Amino acid sequence: MNAPVRIDLKDVETIPSRRTEAWKYSDLRRWLRDEPPLSPALPEGEPSDGPFKALTRNEVLIANGRLNWWSEGDMEPGIEVSHHAGPDAPRMADEMPMGALAAAKALEGVYIISFKAGAPRTLALRLLSDAVKTGHHARIGVVVEAGAHATLLESHEGWGEAYLSNTLLEITVEEGATLERVVLVDEPHDAISVASVEVRLSKQAAYHQTIAASGAKLQRLETRIAHAGEGATVRMDGLYALSGDRHTDLTSVVDHLGPDGLTSQLTKGVVRDTARGVFQGKIIVERGADGTDARMGHHALILGERGEIDAKPELIIYADDVQCAHGNTVGNLDESALFYMQQRGIPAEEARALLTQAFLIEVVDRIAHEGAREVARTWLGERL
Amino acid sequence: MLSISNLHVSVGDKPILKGLTLDVPAGEVHAIMGPNGAGKSTLGYALSGRPGYEATEGAVAWNGDDLLTLDPAERAAKGVFLSFQYPLEIPGVPAMTFIRTALNAQKRARGEEEVSAPAFLKLVKAASAALKMDFDMLKRPLNVGFSGGEKKRMEILQMALLEPSLLILDETDSGLDIDALRIVADGVNAMRSPERSMLVITHYQRLLDYIKPDRVHVLVGGRIVASGGPELAHELEADGYDQYMVQAA
Repeated sequence: MNAPVRIDLKDVETIPSRRTEAWKYSDLRRWLRDEPPLSPALPEGEPSDGPFKALTRNEVLIANGRLNWWSEGDMEPGIEVSHHAGPDAPRMADEMPMGALAAAKALEGVYIISFKAGAPRTLALRLLSDAVKTGHHARIGVVVEAGAHATLLESHEGWGEAYLSNTLLEITVEEGATLERVVLVDEPHDAISVASVEVRLSKQAAYHQTIAASGAKLQRLETRIAHAGEGATVRMDGLYALSGDRHTDLTSVVDHLGPDGLTSQLTKGVVRDTARGVFQGKIIVERGADGTDARMGHHALILGERGEIDAKPELIIYADDVQCAHGNTVGNLDESALFYMQQRGIPAEEARALLTQAFLIEVVDRIAHEGAREVARTWLGERL
Repeated sequence: MLSISNLHVSVGDKPILKGLTLDVPAGEVHAIMGPNGAGKSTLGYALSGRPGYEATEGAVAWNGDDLLTLDPAERAAKGVFLSFQYPLEIPGVPAMTFIRTALNAQKRARGEEEVSAPAFLKLVKAASAALKMDFDMLKRPLNVGFSGGEKKRMEILQMALLEPSLLILDETDSGLDIDALRIVADGVNAMRSPERSMLVITHYQRLLDYIKPDRVHVLVGGRIVASGGPELAHELEADGYDQYMVQAA
């Protein structure tokens, strides 16, 4: 095993490359050769509406790595936002080197969003990039306190071109708490963007995540979950729709540390043109984590002759009494089905879009928050 | 009026239809009978424009339009409907969504006004009741997990709602028991009208007891080798295709 490396953007040798096992399909070093200049601060005040605007008035907007706006004063009770200028080192610095870099370079320390026990709350977290050939880093913490129920509607909204956006998000879901996190990622085709997400899940807690991504030059959305088991549940889903020369990488590790934990993971994607989708999913069942039930599925379509999917599903099991399964398929649309649809009068393009949507919608249907589900459905429809 | 003249169709490099000529006037039902490998299914696919079934020679005119220059969806909008021997399963697309999308796509192509969701619901309820179909089946993904008989009934329902003017039935009786066959045949017979032409492709005479053809054609070796009235089907049932096979070879 390689010794953990601290990334220094001024030293290209420290940047993960295809020779780094965990980054084999997302060669960051190929695209990130120098440290980009710092992205400018954007004028304060809410610049435009995010995709979840209609669903909640609670909002935190981080723009180019800085807190730009938040619904202070108008926030519903039970949500607190605090700022820490000199935070602790991140919990998984070794496993997520870009996350460690984000913590080291974050311009404003860390912002922590806390959900208190009480009525369920929804908050929109917007991570806005509006930059040209510059870079920015941000670090955000989310704490869902014991017995609290929260929905985090997260959007990564990219404007400008060829920027580097690097985010570390640390999430704690305390005992008996629930968090549903729905993430929409839209960035320019030439952006480099990495989001490292670390989740700590206590017993009896639930963490449900759905990421929908449309890719960038290099886009990596990594989630690592420490799963306490003992009635705790994880649903971790992903969706990607890529065209042109876009790339996205959905990497995840779920580590079952205690007994009787549940994980259900479903990722589906479609690539066109020369786009490239990467799925790396790992579920670890540690010694003593008996009674674990973990299922992982990744299914993708390649539409076009030059698209690429790289899938690496892994189950690593050290406990005895567990139920684990994984499935992985990569294919194309059924030509016979396409002809059948056309024969009934549906033009070829519409038939393709309908079949592709039908294939991917299963992931959207698993989102519990109704409003977010509809936003995700529309998001998907617009990208097919 | 469907007018096929000297049609040659190859699948890959293999010629299957070798100069097929046939006219089906409006309002008539013609049966195409032939042994396995004669090119029966190929004829259905070539008329409906399936990729890979390329016409290398000849012409197909439907009400004056040259069908061979149109893509499958355009042909459908002109009224061409192929009922599949094995209807496809379309996972994730509810039957009702599928039929409404098809109907409105056809209407758009013809410059007609689309059918609203409530109006369509009314149409589909009436049509499914007429076919004694469970309405809940229409909310399920099209044909997924349906029995052979249910799939064929779904074909007839689509026919009834899309109201095609040229119906091509490809081995519609395969996989049907006698009760299902009767329901399907009733559905097809209800579609008979002076404006509608039908081509019933079948290996066996049995289906023609239920859907009575005006004319019967024998397809062997990629050509029509004999034509006659309904009695020809009974002769074939009694004597088989052997005499024509010799003739074609």
